[in-house]
Amino acid sequence: MSLFSWNTVDSVGKWIDVRLPIISTLKAHTSDYPAPRNLNYWWEFGFIAMFMLVIMIATGIFLVMNYTPHVDMAFNSVERIMRDVNYGWLLRYLHMNGASLFFIAVYIHIFRGAYYGSYKAPRELLWMLGVLILLLMIMTAFMGYVLPWGQMSFWAATVITNLMSALPLVGQEIVTWLWGGFSVGNPTLNRFFSLHYLLPFVIVGVVFLHLWALHTTKSNNPLGIDLKSPQDFVPFHPYYTLKGAFGTVLFLILYCYFVFFNPNVLGHTDNYIPANPLVTPEHIVPEWYFLPYYAMLRAIDFNIGIPFTDIVIINSKLGGVLVMLGSILILFFLPWLDTSPVRSCTFRPIYKWLVFLLIINCFILGYIGSQPADASFGGIPLNWIGKLGTFWYFFHFLVLSPVVGRIERPLPLPTSIGTPVLGGRA
Amino acid sequence: MAMTPDPKAAYGTAGHTSGHSAGAPGDESRRDFIYIMTGAVGAIGAAAVAWPFIDTMNPSADVLALSTIEVNLAPVQPGQSITVMWRGKPVFIRRRTPTEIDAAAKVNLSELVDPQPDSARVQKPEWLILVGICTHLGCIPSGQKTGDMRGDYNGWFCPCHGSQYDTSGRIRKGPAPKNLEVPAYTFLSDTTIRIG
Repeated sequence: MSLFSWNTVDSVGKWIDVRLPIISTLKAHTSDYPAPRNLNYWWEFGFIAMFMLVIMIATGIFLVMNYTPHVDMAFNSVERIMRDVNYGWLLRYLHMNGASLFFIAVYIHIFRGAYYGSYKAPRELLWMLGVLILLLMIMTAFMGYVLPWGQMSFWAATVITNLMSALPLVGQEIVTWLWGGFSVGNPTLNRFFSLHYLLPFVIVGVVFLHLWALHTTKSNNPLGIDLKSPQDFVPFHPYYTLKGAFGTVLFLILYCYFVFFNPNVLGHTDNYIPANPLVTPEHIVPEWYFLPYYAMLRAIDFNIGIPFTDIVIINSKLGGVLVMLGSILILFFLPWLDTSPVRSCTFRPIYKWLVFLLIINCFILGYIGSQPADASFGGIPLNWIGKLGTFWYFFHFLVLSPVVGRIERPLPLPTSIGTPVLGGRA
Repeated sequence: MAMTPDPKAAYGTAGHTSGHSAGAPGDESRRDFIYIMTGAVGAIGAAAVAWPFIDTMNPSADVLALSTIEVNLAPVQPGQSITVMWRGKPVFIRRRTPTEIDAAAKVNLSELVDPQPDSARVQKPEWLILVGICTHLGCIPSGQKTGDMRGDYNGWFCPCHGSQYDTSGRIRKGPAPKNLEVPAYTFLSDTTIRIG
C-alpha cells in the first residue's frame, strides 16, 4: 500500500479542524452553502467580479516587479514591460483590459441588484458594502490610470484632483496636500502608486464582509420571495460551481477577445504619448467606466445662487462635484428610498420599466461624457441632454422610487419557487 | 426573517456524493473517466496560466542583451590591466609580461590551495581574463592599477580579509577557498574577445 491514502488525509484534516475549524468552515460556506435553486445567469456576475479582482491583483503584483514610479522613468518602464520583459505585454494587457471587464461585471452585478430588489431588507448592509466596494474600485482605477504617466494619465490626474479646489475655504489647500506640490508631479505619482497597491487589499477585506453579510441573509432569487422549505435550496457544489465555471468561461472569452485581438480599443491613444505638463490634449476623456459621472460633472455649468441677486451659494464647479459624488452616494440610501414591499421587478409592472429606463439613461450619459462639451446630436446640444439625463437620474431615486413603490399595484407573488413552474401543484 | 433550515437535512446525500458512485458498473467508470479527464485538463490549464507568471521573472530581453560583451584588447599594453563590467560584475583583463607568465607556469601544483595549472586558466598565455570578485566573501581585490598593493605573489590582494592571488589569479594565501573565476570567453580575433 502506498504512503498516501484518503484515510490519512482525512485524519490530518480532522486534527487541524479540531484545533482551527478552517476546513469545515470553508466547506460550509462554499461547497455546502445553500443556494436558491432558481438563480439565473444574472447571479453569475458576483463570482465573476471576484475572479477579476484576483486576476487584477496577480497581474498587478507582477507588473510592479518591473515598474518604476518616477516621472522620468515611469513611461519607459511600462514600454520596457511591453517589449523586453517575458510575457510583459500579456500581463499589461490583462491588467489594462481586466479593469474594464471588472467594471463591466460589477455594473451588471449592481443592475441585477437594482432589478431584483436585492438591496431590500434584510440585505441593506450587503448593498451598502457593495457601494463601498464600487467607490474603492473607482479610486483604485483612477490612481492606476495615472501610473503609466501618459498624456491622459497626467491630465486626468490634474483635472480630477483640481475638483477638490471646489470645496469652500480649504479647497486649494487640500489640492496642494493631495499633490504634494504645486502641480501634479513626482510626489503625486509616488503616492498614487503606494495607494494603488494598497486599495485592492482593502477591497478584498470589504469583499469578505460583503460575502459574510450575504451568507448571513442568504442569497436573493429572481422571484424575490423569501424561501422557506429546504427543497427550495440546492448545495452550491456541484450546481452553482459548475454553472459558475461555465459563466466564467463565457466571460473569459469576451476578456480574451480584448486582451489578444483588440487590447487598445477601450483605451485612449493619447496615453501612448509621454506626459507633457505644458500641452493639454484636445479632448480629455476618462476611461469608459467613468463617462456617466463625467457627463454629470459637466452638466452643472451654472451657478446656484439667490435669484435676482449676484449672490452665489454653490458655484458651478462645486455643483458639478457634488452632483458627481452624489450620484454614487445616493445608492447607499436606495434600500430606504424604494418603498415597495415587493422585491423583484418581475412582479412590479411599472417600476420594471423605470429600471430599464435608468439603465438606458446611464448609457446615454456615458455617450455624452465621451463627446466634447460643445457637441450636438442631430442639432440638439448634448449639453441639454446631459442636464436632462442627470436630472432624470436623481429624479428616479429621489422621487420615483418612493412614490411608485407606494402607488404601484404589484402582480401577485408566487407562494414558492415551484408554483410558477408547476402551476400551483408545488 | 425566516431562518433557513439546514438544507443538508433535505438534500443530504441524495443529490450527490463526492467521488464514489453507486449504480451500474458502467456508470462508475464513465464518472471516473470524466473526473480524470476534467482533472487532467484542469491541471494543464493551471500550468498554462502559471507559466507566464513564472517566466516573467526570468531575465528579460534587455538583461539578456547585456549577458555577453565584446572587448577590444588592442589598446592594452604588456603589463597593463583593464576592468570591464560584465553581468554587473567587474572582469579583470591583464596583458601579462613574460616574467609574470613564467612565474605562473613554474608554480608547483602541490603548493596551491586550489590546484590548477596556469595553462588551464588561459587560452593565450599573454591574456589573463578573470572575474574580479574575491572567492571568499565577494570584495573586489586590488591590483588593477599601478601602485596598488599586489600581495606577496605579485597578483592581486583582497583588502577585506587578506586573501592573496598570484599572476594566474590563483589563491595562495588567506581565507579564500577557490581561484579567481575564469569566465567563458572566445577570441573573435587576435585583438577582440567576447565574454559570456
